[in-house]
Amino acid sequence: MGLTKKYDVAVVGAGHAGIEAALACARMGMETVCFTTNLDNIAMMNCNPSIGGPAKGHLVREIDALGGQMGLTADQTFLQMRLLNRGKGPAVQALRAQIDKRSYAWQMRLTLERTARLDLKQAMVQEVLVEDGRVCGVKTASGLVYEAKAVVLSTGTYLHGKTIVGELQRESGPSGMAPAVGLTECLRRLGLQVGRFKTGTPPRLDGRTVDYSAMQRQDGDPEPWRFSLLSPRDERKQLPCWLTYTNPRTHELIRRNLHRAPLFNGMIQGRGPRYCPSVEDKVVRFADKESHQVFIEPESWESSEVYVLGLSTSLPEEVQIEVIHSIRGLEEAEMLRPGYAIEYDYVVSTQLRPSLEVKTIRGLFCGGQINGTSGYEEAAAQGLLAGINAALYVQGREPLVLTRADAYIGVLIDDLVTKGTPEPYRMMTSRAEYRLMLRQDNAHLRLTEKGRDVGLVDDHRWGVFTELRQAISAERERLERTVVAPTPEVQAVLRDAGSSELKSGVPAVRLLTRPEIRYTHLQAMGVGRNDLDPAVVQEVETVLKYQGYIEKEIEQVERMRRLEGKRIPADFSYQSLQGLSMEAREKLEKIRPETLGQASRISGVSPADIGMLMVYLEQRRSGREEVRDGGGEC
Amino acid sequence: MGRAVDTIAAVATAPVEAGIGVVRISGPEALRVGDRAFRPRRGRPLSERRSHSVAYGWVVNTDGHRVDEALALVMLGPHSYTGEDVVELQCHGGAVAVRRVLEVALEAGARLAEPGEFTRRAFLNGRIDLSQAEAVVEVIRAKTDRAMEAAVRQLEGSFSHAIREVRERLLGVAAQLEAEIDFPELELETESREALLEGCSWSLERIGVLLRNVRRGDLLRNGLRVVLAGRPNVGKSSLLNRLVGKDRAIVTAVPGTTRDVIEEWVSLGGVPVLYADTAGIRETEDEVERFGVDRSREMLRRADLILWVVDAGSGLTAEDLALREQLPSSKPVIGVLNKTDLVDPAALDALAAELKGLRLIQVSALSGAGIEELERAVLEEAGALDMEEGFVATERQGDALRRAADALRSALATAEAGYGPDLISVDVRAAWSALGEITGDTVDEDLLDQIFSRFCIGK
Repeated sequence: MGLTKKYDVAVVGAGHAGIEAALACARMGMETVCFTTNLDNIAMMNCNPSIGGPAKGHLVREIDALGGQMGLTADQTFLQMRLLNRGKGPAVQALRAQIDKRSYAWQMRLTLERTARLDLKQAMVQEVLVEDGRVCGVKTASGLVYEAKAVVLSTGTYLHGKTIVGELQRESGPSGMAPAVGLTECLRRLGLQVGRFKTGTPPRLDGRTVDYSAMQRQDGDPEPWRFSLLSPRDERKQLPCWLTYTNPRTHELIRRNLHRAPLFNGMIQGRGPRYCPSVEDKVVRFADKESHQVFIEPESWESSEVYVLGLSTSLPEEVQIEVIHSIRGLEEAEMLRPGYAIEYDYVVSTQLRPSLEVKTIRGLFCGGQINGTSGYEEAAAQGLLAGINAALYVQGREPLVLTRADAYIGVLIDDLVTKGTPEPYRMMTSRAEYRLMLRQDNAHLRLTEKGRDVGLVDDHRWGVFTELRQAISAERERLERTVVAPTPEVQAVLRDAGSSELKSGVPAVRLLTRPEIRYTHLQAMGVGRNDLDPAVVQEVETVLKYQGYIEKEIEQVERMRRLEGKRIPADFSYQSLQGLSMEAREKLEKIRPETLGQASRISGVSPADIGMLMVYLEQRRSGREEVRDGGGEC
Repeated sequence: MGRAVDTIAAVATAPVEAGIGVVRISGPEALRVGDRAFRPRRGRPLSERRSHSVAYGWVVNTDGHRVDEALALVMLGPHSYTGEDVVELQCHGGAVAVRRVLEVALEAGARLAEPGEFTRRAFLNGRIDLSQAEAVVEVIRAKTDRAMEAAVRQLEGSFSHAIREVRERLLGVAAQLEAEIDFPELELETESREALLEGCSWSLERIGVLLRNVRRGDLLRNGLRVVLAGRPNVGKSSLLNRLVGKDRAIVTAVPGTTRDVIEEWVSLGGVPVLYADTAGIRETEDEVERFGVDRSREMLRRADLILWVVDAGSGLTAEDLALREQLPSSKPVIGVLNKTDLVDPAALDALAAELKGLRLIQVSALSGAGIEELERAVLEEAGALDMEEGFVATERQGDALRRAADALRSALATAEAGYGPDLISVDVRAAWSALGEITGDTVDEDLLDQIFSRFCIGK
């Protein structure tokens, strides 16, 4: 045996994307190596200590449904769990968990260690080795070469990381860790376009010095919500979060120090995300608002360090202290570490295929923040898909590509490879066209079968899933068969629910389609079952109740599928298409969409352009058929 | 793509009496065809002239004979209407003259264009967008000057502008709903419900106005069909003659003389109106007359407006009332009291009292009294007055507007039923994209821009 083993897949980075990629590959039977610049920093949550929320919670459920890890570990290590948007309909309800960040990172590390065929290495990868357009391994800063048939890059915000606090800036990854240097240059040599983004994080405080009595308390839900289908629904102790507000004095302080804010004095060049502005950004852009929310979130069971959501900033450290002290409940707070801004290199994501493989280099995949996204969940989702597709590539199988109608993950990746992103990309429910179908409660119904097909869903998960699926369809059929008669008890329940009384017997499913009638009412009528898994009840109820709306969406999906089905030949030349607008031609030439559907989503490509493309594709197709017909058999 | 495109020609002006007629030739061979078909009075042949130049000369056939005196316009692609090389021959109006010039162009090597083919080429070459393309077809099909004007206005984009205004408002509503979903900590529920109610009602109102104009668009394009009905000998034929200003229907005092349906197009205040007289719809044994009766029923079914004519002199008869019973109930009806010059005012008042609830106009077909008032009433009933704001919309556009309105009503109903923003937004988005179909706009990123410019969101 030589110095280094030969691997099927090498994963560069062990953050939220890298670990999903490495676990997926190893679980799919690949000999896998996962590199990190520091083995003590696996699965670090360098920003907020939470997972989930609208759209992000959906992503976690989808990761779980496919056989990924994030949901399981979050369930193991949460401090608090809440279902958001509870009053707003099933499509947008979302789980959000406060996480013990230390324990999360440790549990992830143990999971990696205990996975067969997975080796962890502490090393800084500086080169991706390519031969004849195919990836063949990586080379570390110390000169060691690891052969690999596929490589997944998931380097997060470490590429040429630079952190900024006021006038102080230094080459650094997040949380004071070493930046990754050298890899960007290699990617450029390989012909990849690299951009630069900026993001930031708020200061952390010593929780013992915070006056919680001046704040609003936010507790977790009593219900045992979990991300993963496989997690036990046990009762758990939870920690509260706290809400306070900035005030005119805070804003005045910030305004007075704007000349020292790197975001405003030109020190920061990279583009930051709009949805996650620094507090100085908020004060400038929304000058008429007198206060902004500030949430105090615990970071761990053991530690008293707390996170200050809403105060992301790169103002000088002493200004940060003053700003904190101006806020109610934080007058005496001790700052443990200042907030900072970080700039980093990312790979322009339109250079990727929908499988997350780099278009120009076979076997090289990119997943996570390196693709210009933000958020742990977005990173994990891409890492998972990049890992799955790296394994499928090594196995010589077709890639797994999720569509916009399949999953939020499909929306995320399609947006990245089709539109690219001008700012760090965050998942939001409004990005999904088919929100009513892509619910967090039906993620496993949408995806577990796909996870099973690629070989990631093990027998245990498959067993739990198929049992649940069976129970859902059995209950649905039972309710269709069951007729509810207008007995006095039934009428009484209907009256109490503010619903009109029955004139004659109706199938139980019909009652559930009334907006005001819930499954609990059926139980009160003696029609609903009391022994069912809540997940079964929820699924049956949701599908019935929102059927009309869901059908509208399905109609739209069908319309989209027609465009998705029209493939654009890889050699198609847009340059000779006279009618296209200049912008459309350039974008299409650059992104080279695989289908008309993908083409239609590129910004700058108008419906008129698509209409024209359709006409030309049709002409080209019929032209070829003529030739074939004319040529006869040969 | 290199697929060979041929050169086409067609009459580019509507086949109506006009001062000039235009034959347009477009395609790679347009200049060659132009050289064969047109001889300039002096100077170089068309193919050697600059783009956007005009030459005076004659259209000549293959034997060299002068067919017509004409102006020739040369417009080189891509800066022409179709984006291809174009030659336009402007000759004397009149169907026959134009037809002969077209024949010369076809002899000279052009193919007769299919309907709408110039517009299709213009669209494919990126010269016009979808709604403009539709407007062009309207201009070509326009029956009267006013229809032409409305189509031209659409071409200039006022229709698109009105649609965009509504879409912008809906974008604001959608942004509210989306922010409410994606940023629950901001507690925007009340605010977004208010925005929804205001935004949807405002938009519905605007779409209502646009939809009325769609109806006017139909009216301008297809004309208004006005059918005269009444028992025999109440003076329908004389009235028709008055209305069309010609001695067209056979007027006699013998009942049932008007055996066939007599129709005539007129331009009433710029609106094309078809007046049709019916044979009456009484039961009859006479075979010829029965044929006329069947035709009359068919006419009534297709009518936009019915003029029920009554002889004021003889008062309301049982036959009058029986006939009125037979008129299709879904159609607007104006009661026309004819021969009022022969009746004293008291009898007229009694008659009017008997017909309370029906719009009545008193006329005398004989003297012409009251005819102008009747014409105004016809236009009013058709909703064709006050057309200054009018846009001509196509059926496709009308359909999209109706779908948008349906979706908005459904959004309001969903909110009313107590459902959340996720369900409401399905319909708001549907309305928004239906309107986008008209203007051909893409949407998604706009929505995010709206969200971020309106709400302060962050960690």
